[in-house]
Amino acid sequence: MQPVQRPLSPHLQIYKLPLTALMSITHRITGVSLAIGTLLIAAFFIASASGEAHYNFVMSLATSAIGQIILFLWSAALYFHMCNGIRHMFFDTGKLLDKKKAMRSNYYVIAGAIILTAVTWILAR
Amino acid sequence: MSKDNDLYVAPLKKAKGLGSAHTGTHHWMMQKITALAQIPLVIWLIWSIISLQGVSYVEFSAWLGQPINAILMIILVCSVMLHAKLGTQVVVEDYITNEPLKMAKLICHKILFFAMGVAIIFSILKISFGG
Repeated sequence: MQPVQRPLSPHLQIYKLPLTALMSITHRITGVSLAIGTLLIAAFFIASASGEAHYNFVMSLATSAIGQIILFLWSAALYFHMCNGIRHMFFDTGKLLDKKKAMRSNYYVIAGAIILTAVTWILAR
Repeated sequence: MSKDNDLYVAPLKKAKGLGSAHTGTHHWMMQKITALAQIPLVIWLIWSIISLQGVSYVEFSAWLGQPINAILMIILVCSVMLHAKLGTQVVVEDYITNEPLKMAKLICHKILFFAMGVAIIFSILKISFGG
């Protein structure tokens, strides 16, 4: 029997993701990254509990150039995930789900994440 | 709820909020409760990290020795570990199609995040109580 010729849904490789879809996958990517980051938090606390020398060593890593870059990306990922997570709570109540509002709230989330990251690093100086 | 929103409400929602597995709501609830708790806690954490920049081990221990800081930190760690476990669980369920591998990964996640939580809480208490 011939299969019915139905239109195929667009494949990811040839489909230009709209911003809402990019936000969605970024939420996952930041979430998984933050989950992996908890290993570093565990390493920090275990090192600190092992004594002053270990604490000083971890602190020297955190204040190094690479450490600061990781902390910067970490904060940006955290704020993005937080802002988009707050938006998800609106989604859960049925709000912001039409095309226009979903699109506009994309920009609120991006702006929120950028502002919070900037404020954090200005305060940290 | 407005007329517009009724478009998104599946009949299943009327079934006492329970899906066919009868447990989905709990997963969702815990994900949201931990997320809500983490909003103020994460802001507190980042503010603390900023004010603790470059402090010595003695100063850090003294800070963590204050009950309010140790308690908030432990609550945050519990919340984060549960949130991370629930979140990565969904990612594994969505993308891993090999059943034995999926099951192995899910079990590893449960153990990993639980063990990390225990390790961090023990470390916090040890530092807090003075090494």
